[in-house]
Amino acid sequence: MTFRRYRAVAKKEFLHILRDWRSLFAALAMPLVLLLLFGYALTLDVDRIATYVYDQDGTPESRELVERFRGSRYFDVLAMVGDYQTVERGIDTSRILLGVVIPNDFSSNVLSGKEADVQLLLDGSDSNTASLALGYAEGLMQMYALEVQNRAQNQKGMGHPGPAVDARIRVWYNSELQSKNYIVPGLIAVILMIIAALLTSLTIAREWENGTMEQLLSTPLRPAELLLGKLSAFFVLGLVDTVIAIFVGVVVFEVPLRGNPLFLLAASSIFLFGALCWGILISTVARSQLMAYQMGILSSFLPAFLLSGFVYAIENMPPVIRLLTYIIPARYFVTILKGIFLKGAGPEVLWGPLALLCVYAAVVFFLATKRLRQKVA
Amino acid sequence: MAIIRTENLTRRFGERTAVDGLTLEVEKGEVFGLLGPDGAGKTTTLRMLCGLLDASAGAAWVADYNAAENADAVKDRIGYMAQRFGLYGDLTVEENMHFYSDLFGITGAERVRLMAQYLEMTRMEPFRNRPAAKLSGGMKQKLALMCTLLHKPQVLFLDEPTNGVDPVSRRDFWTILYQLVEGGMTVFVTTAYLDEAERCDRVALMNQGRLIRSGTPDQLKSSLDEVCYEVKCADPRAVRERLQTQAGVLSVEPAGAALHMFLAPDVPVEPLRSLAGAGCSFERITPSLEDVFIALIRKEEQSAGKRG
Repeated sequence: MTFRRYRAVAKKEFLHILRDWRSLFAALAMPLVLLLLFGYALTLDVDRIATYVYDQDGTPESRELVERFRGSRYFDVLAMVGDYQTVERGIDTSRILLGVVIPNDFSSNVLSGKEADVQLLLDGSDSNTASLALGYAEGLMQMYALEVQNRAQNQKGMGHPGPAVDARIRVWYNSELQSKNYIVPGLIAVILMIIAALLTSLTIAREWENGTMEQLLSTPLRPAELLLGKLSAFFVLGLVDTVIAIFVGVVVFEVPLRGNPLFLLAASSIFLFGALCWGILISTVARSQLMAYQMGILSSFLPAFLLSGFVYAIENMPPVIRLLTYIIPARYFVTILKGIFLKGAGPEVLWGPLALLCVYAAVVFFLATKRLRQKVA
Repeated sequence: MAIIRTENLTRRFGERTAVDGLTLEVEKGEVFGLLGPDGAGKTTTLRMLCGLLDASAGAAWVADYNAAENADAVKDRIGYMAQRFGLYGDLTVEENMHFYSDLFGITGAERVRLMAQYLEMTRMEPFRNRPAAKLSGGMKQKLALMCTLLHKPQVLFLDEPTNGVDPVSRRDFWTILYQLVEGGMTVFVTTAYLDEAERCDRVALMNQGRLIRSGTPDQLKSSLDEVCYEVKCADPRAVRERLQTQAGVLSVEPAGAALHMFLAPDVPVEPLRSLAGAGCSFERITPSLEDVFIALIRKEEQSAGKRG
C-alpha cells in the first residue's frame, strides 16, 4: 500500500468526474430532484378531507355540527347533498373520502341527552387515510357533543361538571406533527444511499469494459489502493450531494435542524463511505455496467426505502423482517438523521448507530478488496 | 540466460484447452514472436506470463520469478500492452503518462526525462495535451507503448500491438521496438501477421493451444521437408484445380498472382509440369514464413486427425 499509487487513482478519478460533465450534472441534480419528488409525493398528512354532508335533520343543532366540519382544517365540505345515492356515488368515483349523514332524530337526541348517532361513510380503500379521517371526525363530534351537553346542563342551572380528566397533550420534537419533519430526514438517508451506490457501482465494471482493468492488473497497483482512490473521488462528490440534500431539506421543506451541523456532516460522511463501499462491492461482482447499475438500484433503493424505518415503522414489521433491518445501514442513518434534525441529539446519544455504521463500512470495504478480481479470468 | 521460461504451461477453460503443455525459452535481449491464428492461445499464454491469469498446470518464470507465485515481483519488471490499449480516453496523452508513472513510482527528474525522451522518440510531442480518445489508432498504440515503458521494464509483452494500425505506423512502431531492444530490453510479441513475424529474432508457431515449432524465421523456412514451387500461369484457378488432386501434391495455395505448390519429398515435378500445360513456369523457391506456417498447421491438423 503506497500513498502515491492511491493518490494517482484518486486524481485520475477526479479528472473522470470533472470531464464527464453530463454525469457530473446528473449526480449533483439527483439529490435535489429526488428530494423534491419524494418530499412532496410522500406527504402523510391528512387534511382537507373531501366530504359530503347529508343533513336529514336540518335543525340548528345539526347545522352547528356541519359548521364544525366546515371550520376544521382537516375537512373540506364540498357540498350538502339531499340523498344517499349522491354520497355513494361520490365515494365510488373517489370525489370524496367521507360522507357524513346526520339522521332526522339527531337534534332531539342531543337535546334530550340521549345518544345521538351520526353515520360516517368512509372510503376504506386507503385504510391509513380512512382511519385518520375517522379519528378526526370522531374527535370533532365528541367535542361537539360535550359542549352541547354542557350547555344544556348549564341552562338547567346545574354547576359545571365538565369532563373528569382533560388530557393536555404536548408533542415533543415535532410539535406540529407534520409528516415532512420526519420524512425528509429519512428521505435524505434513502437518497444518499441510492446516489452513493450508483456513483461507485459502475466504476470497476467500466474499467473492465474499457480494457483498462487488464492494464491496471499488469501494474503494481494493489486492490486497496485502487478502491480507496476511487472511493476518495466519489466521496467528495457524495459529500457535495449530502450538503445539497441537507440544504434542500432545511430551506425548501423547512425541516428544523436542531443539532450541530458539523456533527451532521461527520455522521453523514461515515454513512456515505459505507454506501460508497457497497457500490464498489457491487462493482467488483457485476460483469457489465448494465448489470452493475441494476444491482446498484435494487440493492440500495429497496432496502433503504422499505426497511430503514423512514416511513414504515420497524416495530410493526414481522420478526424476520425486523431482524433483516439490522443489516441495512440506512436504518441506522435514519435514526441518526432524525435524532440530529428533530431532537438536536449529539454523539453522546447517537454513538450506537454511529459505531454500527463504522462497522458496516469497514466490513463492506474489506469484502470489496477481497472480491476485486485480480485475474483476467 | 533465459529471461522467460515456461514448462508444460497449460490453461483450460472448462472443457476447452486454450494452452496445451507449452514449453519455451526466450533469451534476454531477443525479439520473440508468438505466431498463430486467432484462437491459437497466444493471448492466454501472454496473460499467464504476466500473472494476469493462473495456469491450470505447468509454470512460467519471468526474470527468474514464478509468474503465479510472485506475480507482484513480475509486474514490477514487465511492461504489458493489452490488445485493447488500456488508455483513459478522457485523459490527455500527458495525463495518461503521469498516471502510469505514479503507479510505477517514477518521479521527479527521471519522469520528466523519460517522458520527454519517449514523446520525442514516438514523435508524439505535439499531441501531449490531446485526449487519448481523439488520437488515431497508431498514436493510441504509441501512447500505450509509452505508458508501459515508463518504468523501464526488463521484458515488454505486446499482445497483437499492431492490430488495426496503418502500415506506416506499424513500421514506426517496429523502429521504436528495435531501439528498445538495443537498450537491452526483451520483447515478447504475439501476432497474427506473418510479415511482422519476419521482424522477430525468433518465432514460435502456435496452433490450437500447442507449440508446433520454434526457431529463427530462417530456420523455420528451411526446416520444411516439403519442396515448394512457385507456379506462374495464365489461369491459376484452373491449374490449381488440376494440380491439387495429384498424388504427392500436399497443397496449392494462391500467392498473389501466382500459386505456391507444396510437394511431398521425393515427388517428381516433371509430370506435374506437363499436366499444368505449356504456358506455366515452375520455379523452386524458399518458402515464405506464411508458406511454412500454413504447411505446418496443415501437417499438425492431419496428424491430429489421424490420432483422433
